[in-house]
Amino acid sequence: MSRQIDVSDLDIYYGSFLAVEKVTMEIKPRSITALIGPSGCGKSTFLRSLNRMHEVIPGARVEGKVVLDGQDLYGPGVDPVAVRRSVGMVFQNPNPFPTMSIYDNVLAGMRLNNKRLKRSEADAVVEHSLRGANLWKEVQDRLDRPGAGLSGGQQQRLCIARAIAVQPQVLLMDEPCSALDPISTLAIEDLMGELKKEYTIVIVTHNMQQASRVSDRTGFFNIEGTGKPGKLVEMDATDTIFSNPSVKATEDYVSGRFG
Amino acid sequence: MTTTTPALTGSRRRPGDKVFSGSAAASAVLILVILAGVGLFLLAEAYPALVAPADEIEGGEGLVVYLWPILFGTIITAVIAMLLAVPVAVGIALFISHYAPRRLSQALGYVVDLLAAIPSIVYGFWGFQVFALALVPLYQWLAENVGWIPLFAGPASSTGRTILTASLVLAVMILPIISALSREVFLQTPRLHEEAALALGATRWEMIKYAVIPYGRSGVISASMLGLGRALGETMAVTLVLSASTSAITFNLIGTANPPTIAAEIALNFPEATGLRLSTLIAAGLVLFVLTFAVNFAARALVTRQKGGST
Repeated sequence: MSRQIDVSDLDIYYGSFLAVEKVTMEIKPRSITALIGPSGCGKSTFLRSLNRMHEVIPGARVEGKVVLDGQDLYGPGVDPVAVRRSVGMVFQNPNPFPTMSIYDNVLAGMRLNNKRLKRSEADAVVEHSLRGANLWKEVQDRLDRPGAGLSGGQQQRLCIARAIAVQPQVLLMDEPCSALDPISTLAIEDLMGELKKEYTIVIVTHNMQQASRVSDRTGFFNIEGTGKPGKLVEMDATDTIFSNPSVKATEDYVSGRFG
Repeated sequence: MTTTTPALTGSRRRPGDKVFSGSAAASAVLILVILAGVGLFLLAEAYPALVAPADEIEGGEGLVVYLWPILFGTIITAVIAMLLAVPVAVGIALFISHYAPRRLSQALGYVVDLLAAIPSIVYGFWGFQVFALALVPLYQWLAENVGWIPLFAGPASSTGRTILTASLVLAVMILPIISALSREVFLQTPRLHEEAALALGATRWEMIKYAVIPYGRSGVISASMLGLGRALGETMAVTLVLSASTSAITFNLIGTANPPTIAAEIALNFPEATGLRLSTLIAAGLVLFVLTFAVNFAARALVTRQKGGST
């Protein structure tokens, strides 16, 4: 289920404001790509443009191409709803549906796809997804309890289970650990290591150690000043970015000498 | 260092604090006093009717026989009004909060709020002079074609001043409050929940079904109950619109024999009432008071249970 994403010359606008300028990037399948950079540099906007979630904001549009496995996500006739069904997303704050049980939360995406599942099939999907998210052992005897009753880290893993239940081709993670404690963070990072065997993962993070721990490749975004568009400054293997980057700004940022 | 540390002990109560907590507590007590006062007044004034022999009560068959039809009329008009208004109001609220372009939704919101500002007497005139007459052909059609449903048994009223007309007018009257409150709740749906649904590939309707409606459900229930409360107590519009000719209990919504509502019965008879007749009317008021109290209480209980279940 893992696919390559090719981004070429992508400009992202909010109305007439150019938020991200000319990003060209290749995201390899079965790997973790980390996006780092200061706040407001457009990395989250860029991440959201990979499953057209930024279009939730009125006036948002792009120019350029995002090609997932040969298909342009912004091509004519492409339905953003269909795009989001094949490119899953996990958010900064855990957001399980508060009125649904753990069981129903995991199945939410499947039910959206209008699949009528037999009880046994549904059970299998729930178990497989929760195992995939390393949550099964903790919740297997309380699947009918509300998802909102779990701890923050468990909720985030529930959201990951919900995202992978529909077997997306790509998993986008927007600062998935920034609202979690270190132990939960570690659990999620371990999980990402497992998930990359099957999925293409793109993660936005403010935590440089996290980027260097989990990712295979890292892209550094930067912004020249307020009102200027964010740009992809440099992208390379994670080791290279953190030890021997080719751009001075990247080195300043990863070594904490930024700004 | 010879700086003196400020004394941390001692409970000096600040005057502002005192005044504020005092006035807040007084307000809270005041509402209870008013409520108890109204209840006691009704009970005391209605007492003669409660203990009077059956043949002295209006109608000559006792208080229960007198009150039962008007209580029935009150409940049936209000409940039908609510059933008609709630789906439309929720639809309007969702359209304004999640479908309409921003400029249109603002304009529409103002119009809905404006609807709430129309005095009930104006609704009454409109319902009586325009709306009721306009509905006559519909009632005739209903009586002829679906008369086998007891609700539309007919024969259809030729003035159109029926239970259904009263309910429709009431529905229009409670529409704005239900839709305005629902809209506010829907607008407060956390962006996070909406995005959770959208990121799973939900269409807009699916997003509303997954995120907005579950979040707003308890708010919609309270709004509906407020609407129901208003419909139960509404006096002028019903008095003008409904041609209350009998004290019969009927489910025929479009016929000529309609029981009045409690509020309309009181308004129609109060000016000439004295003595026991007055007490009887006040007893009717007591029943309405208890009914609206029960409705609000039930609504509160329902909302609390919903919230308890969801967290």
